[in-house]
Amino acid sequence: MIWNEEFETLPREALEALQLKRLQHQIERVYAAVPYYRNKMEEQGVRPSDIKTLRDISRLPFTTKEDLRINYPFGLFAVPFEQVVRIHASSGTTGKPTVVGYTKRDIDSWAELMARTLSAGGAHQGDVVHNAYGYGLFTGGLGAHYGAERLGAAVIPISGGNSKRQIMIMQDFGSTVLMCTPSYALNLADVMKEMQVEPSSLKLRVGLFGAEPWSENMREEIQKRLNLKAIDIFGLSEVMGPGVASECIEEQHGLHIFEDYFIPEIVDPKTMEPMPLGELGELVFTTLTKEAFPVIRYRTKDLSRLIAKPCSCGRTFYRMERITGRTDDMLIIRGVNVFPSQIEHVLMSIEGVEPHYQIIVDRQGSLDIVEVQVEVSENIFSDEVKVLEKLGKRIEHEIKDLLGISCRVKLVEPKTIQRSEGKAQRVIDKRKL
Amino acid sequence: MKVEQISVFLENKSGRLADVTNILAAAGINIRALALADTTDFGILRLIVNDNEKAKSVLKENGFTVGKTEVIAVEVSDRPGGLAAILNVMRDTAINVEYMYAFIQKSGENAIIIFRFDELEKAIEVLRSAGIRILSGEEIYSI
Repeated sequence: MIWNEEFETLPREALEALQLKRLQHQIERVYAAVPYYRNKMEEQGVRPSDIKTLRDISRLPFTTKEDLRINYPFGLFAVPFEQVVRIHASSGTTGKPTVVGYTKRDIDSWAELMARTLSAGGAHQGDVVHNAYGYGLFTGGLGAHYGAERLGAAVIPISGGNSKRQIMIMQDFGSTVLMCTPSYALNLADVMKEMQVEPSSLKLRVGLFGAEPWSENMREEIQKRLNLKAIDIFGLSEVMGPGVASECIEEQHGLHIFEDYFIPEIVDPKTMEPMPLGELGELVFTTLTKEAFPVIRYRTKDLSRLIAKPCSCGRTFYRMERITGRTDDMLIIRGVNVFPSQIEHVLMSIEGVEPHYQIIVDRQGSLDIVEVQVEVSENIFSDEVKVLEKLGKRIEHEIKDLLGISCRVKLVEPKTIQRSEGKAQRVIDKRKL
Repeated sequence: MKVEQISVFLENKSGRLADVTNILAAAGINIRALALADTTDFGILRLIVNDNEKAKSVLKENGFTVGKTEVIAVEVSDRPGGLAAILNVMRDTAINVEYMYAFIQKSGENAIIIFRFDELEKAIEVLRSAGIRILSGEEIYSI
């Protein structure tokens, strides 16, 4: 089902005309309202009036997480603060998170986008949406929630965790649509098996999974083990949250980008030049309607390509291929974005700890397991076991506090972590997605 | 009155203990006493050797993290109740034993107990006033 027939099936020409109109308006607004963006545009020698065609977007400066960090927390907001009705945050590269804001109209647009997403996945009024995305600063929970309500479905705001209870509620409330990270979906399948609950005895029909990278193999496994259709959805808080792009249930191949709200570009991550349509490169988004937190050419660091081929579902939006990797070292652990630099930040704040560490990520069953290896230097070494164990616990605790992920700290002998010339290899990701 | 002990951080992987002893052997260092504390991930090897400085430097050269701690060596007669007598002296003080290990002298008459107390100076005082013989570093290194 197409939620918004009028916009989602606009002929390309009309869609591009709409995009240009919205882009010009957005750039004018941002130029006037956000000094930081205005300065960057002036440095680049570009003014709002220079945007005459969609191609002119490549004249605009890029925005990165670093820009967001510099303007922490509200420096890039483009409306008076009284108009902000919601604030969310995601991981930054250091101790401070990346902050985004929404006006009433932004929340309304977001609900529309998530209603489209749910609808593309085959959900409709009358469905029972089991929303196991985390509620809180993370955009997943509330983003999906508002979309499900907009759709007219009954939403269960169950959030993450406590899997046995989740399964009991699925049984008793008759959940038909599951929303969570793909790894959590597999975890639910494991727990069902443990509880001897037969997935075919549940009413689950479709699952909308996102917030972390996954693969076709994982899709097959989830579909088989949970007895539902698995849909890949995409979004990031800097651009909106979930609801930036979604697969359709008809093809389950490539995610339709809601192009009346966002302009996608694929650029060469080294030269930053636009890539020809269909080539693999870094995904960049410009928001077209956002009021509180518009972004211009935001570099996602995600690698993908655009598919222009018409889709059998009838949507005219281009599709983006499933994310195949990142251009930076960001990890996604159980749906939480983690930068190695954040872990380094924690280690450096503990006296005597040297910056020799390695992060090992693995998947046990369906759960991501993180081990942080820290070299024991003379500064932190003790002849007493309890002193070293306490140090390990303290690091685990501080990482949990700052990043929100549980990890296991393993103390290792000095020089066991490989020193590399230039950039150290901080992360070993053993997960097979 | 204090004895110097060196400690070495070891990861729990096979061959590490052998590596330490081989390094010490090659440097001509004699081990007087040793104890290994182990956890799931790592171990701490505590050693009393005949040449602390040399042992420390050769181990460091080979990439080990080495620490130095002061401990007390106490002579105990090798008979039932020998150790209990000492611990009874310590019981009523607020001094804690962090860890200890024991070995028997060559003569076989006395045992030597190595103690790591949380309050070293106070422990020495208490033991002395109870008439318990505390061995000097030189005595231990040259056993």
